[in-house]
Amino acid sequence: MEELTFHHTTRRRAGGTKRMAIIGVVASGNLEVLAERVLTDAECRLDIKTAAEGFGAVWSAVVTDFVERHSPGGLRFSINDGGAHPDAVSLRLAQAVRMMEEAEQ
Amino acid sequence: MASWHNGQKSRDARLEAGTKLARGKIVAARDAARLLEAVLRPGDRVCLEGDNQKQADLLAVALLSVDLTKVNGLHMVQSGIVLPEHLDLFDRGVAKRLDYAYSGPQSARIATMLFGGKIELGAVHTYLELFARYFIDLTPDVALIAAVSADRDGNLFTGPNTEDTPTVVEATAFKDGIVVAQVNEIVDAVPRVDIPGDQVHFVVKADKPFFVEPLFTRDPGAITEMQILTAMLAIKGLYATYGIRRLNHGIGFNTAAIELLLPTYGEKLRLRGKVATHFALNPHPTLIPAIESGWVEQIHSFGSEVGMDEYIRARPDVFFTGPDGSLRSNRAFCQTAGLYACDMFIGSTLQIDLNGNSSTVTTSRVAGFGGAPNMGADARGRRHPSGPWLQAGREADPDSPAASRRGRKLVVQIGETFGENNAPLFVEKLDALGLAEKLGLELVPVMIYGDDVTHIVTEEGIANLLLCRNAGEREQAIRGVAGYTDVGRARNKKAVQCLRERGAIQRPEDLGVDPLDADRTMLAAHSIKDLVRWSGGLYAPPSRFRNW
Repeated sequence: MEELTFHHTTRRRAGGTKRMAIIGVVASGNLEVLAERVLTDAECRLDIKTAAEGFGAVWSAVVTDFVERHSPGGLRFSINDGGAHPDAVSLRLAQAVRMMEEAEQ
Repeated sequence: MASWHNGQKSRDARLEAGTKLARGKIVAARDAARLLEAVLRPGDRVCLEGDNQKQADLLAVALLSVDLTKVNGLHMVQSGIVLPEHLDLFDRGVAKRLDYAYSGPQSARIATMLFGGKIELGAVHTYLELFARYFIDLTPDVALIAAVSADRDGNLFTGPNTEDTPTVVEATAFKDGIVVAQVNEIVDAVPRVDIPGDQVHFVVKADKPFFVEPLFTRDPGAITEMQILTAMLAIKGLYATYGIRRLNHGIGFNTAAIELLLPTYGEKLRLRGKVATHFALNPHPTLIPAIESGWVEQIHSFGSEVGMDEYIRARPDVFFTGPDGSLRSNRAFCQTAGLYACDMFIGSTLQIDLNGNSSTVTTSRVAGFGGAPNMGADARGRRHPSGPWLQAGREADPDSPAASRRGRKLVVQIGETFGENNAPLFVEKLDALGLAEKLGLELVPVMIYGDDVTHIVTEEGIANLLLCRNAGEREQAIRGVAGYTDVGRARNKKAVQCLRERGAIQRPEDLGVDPLDADRTMLAAHSIKDLVRWSGGLYAPPSRFRNW
């Protein structure tokens, strides 16, 4: 088990008003992403627990692209990863941001 | 004095030797090996019918057990290397040289045997190419074929898997060769004549039906969200954009996902009747929901698929059927149809390099190419226009005058950036290159050449190679959809951004594809059982696909 943390400044706040969203499952080759709107508008943070060790550089690349494409300002992501491919990580992160864009029920 | 009848004399001698074991044309199964010893000569070219689906398995076993002093060093010229016996022949020395097209189930063993020098390899062909050579320089001396039934005159009924048989028999029977058929039963009258009896010399009744492989059945339960996302990109970015009505699908999970998204996602995009109406395609079970929803007007098939017989029989407006009501397939004609009458081929591959060349040959698997190189090639002899073909031609060459500009077939490679066992889809150098070096091949076994590929679709987006103006742009367009593979991570970000602005790369967000739609609930069927339900109980999946 490896723990990684990434901090980024963002161009703008994430859309929507939802406080929290969760997507995915912790399973082999899959991951669970919890998004919470708990930070200031110009920052985001990702806390990752992954079963696959030694992939820090790929995570860094995936996270950097994600922040650039989706600018998730104000969001903290907690990720439980069961060794998902980077493409699956990108998809889950994009899905989490989309869920946060919805209005709070 | 030169003789002009050597072939006929040889045929007559073989016939005479074989006839001693026959009553009329019928030979008992226990005499099959002796029949083959009688009609074969050392070094003969032999087609042991191994199609995609239908296998002459009894004749394969018989050939394996021949007396090696009578039969040896054969040159096998057959499209499919499917059964273990097909390779056992080389281990035992019955056969020496091989020209083939496809080796799916034996792909690992054939690689080992090629490396071990057990097989003298002619070439790995595409189906149509091997069929063509049957009529020029690889004409079989003897064809060992499979059919469902025969009458006493040798008229054959092949059933829905006609596949290669008419082509193999045509080349053999009309060039003084011998045709031996194994059949499941001998009947008074066949349901329809697929092969006329005067082209068939001997008929052997098998104790059990010939082996059929369910090659085209993809369980919807195994389709991933990533494949769904990739399929949605293809539907919106290609099918809708070009208005593709006439097409061929590969056999992977990516195209199965597309088939299952037509009645859901495709319906949402109001594409019914505008895309995917005419197919050159085996009867894929995953196409049932689209057929039942009124998407598909017509399908011509290379072969059939296990379990689809009754469904096809009940949908003759969609499929080609005989007077007996069952499917009539024909691989050579369907390959020609895919080459000349389809506007798009879309299929998966195992490796793509920086030029867009792709191959399913890896160092441990030589799967062969089957029909992909013909499906996935621009037909230079095509002369009829169509919307997608003209649009692709315009994108490739915007400056030429429209009236004299060639169109282009869309040749699309689709897949996730990481495949099975974490293997990257994109590589700097194809494994096929290494194989060619190791085996001393004159030609690298490339499945689809980069200059024929027009689009590459991954979960990261669509690369439109038609819009790339030089090799550097092509390379960056490919890297730009290669995700987090080494090839993808080595991209020039600025160049990729530039290509995106020109539309040569399109991301899901550029196409308005919502990542939340990449969900299994979008599939029209979630399981094999759902497909049975869609078919009104007509589809009868083989037991290995049943869990109820």
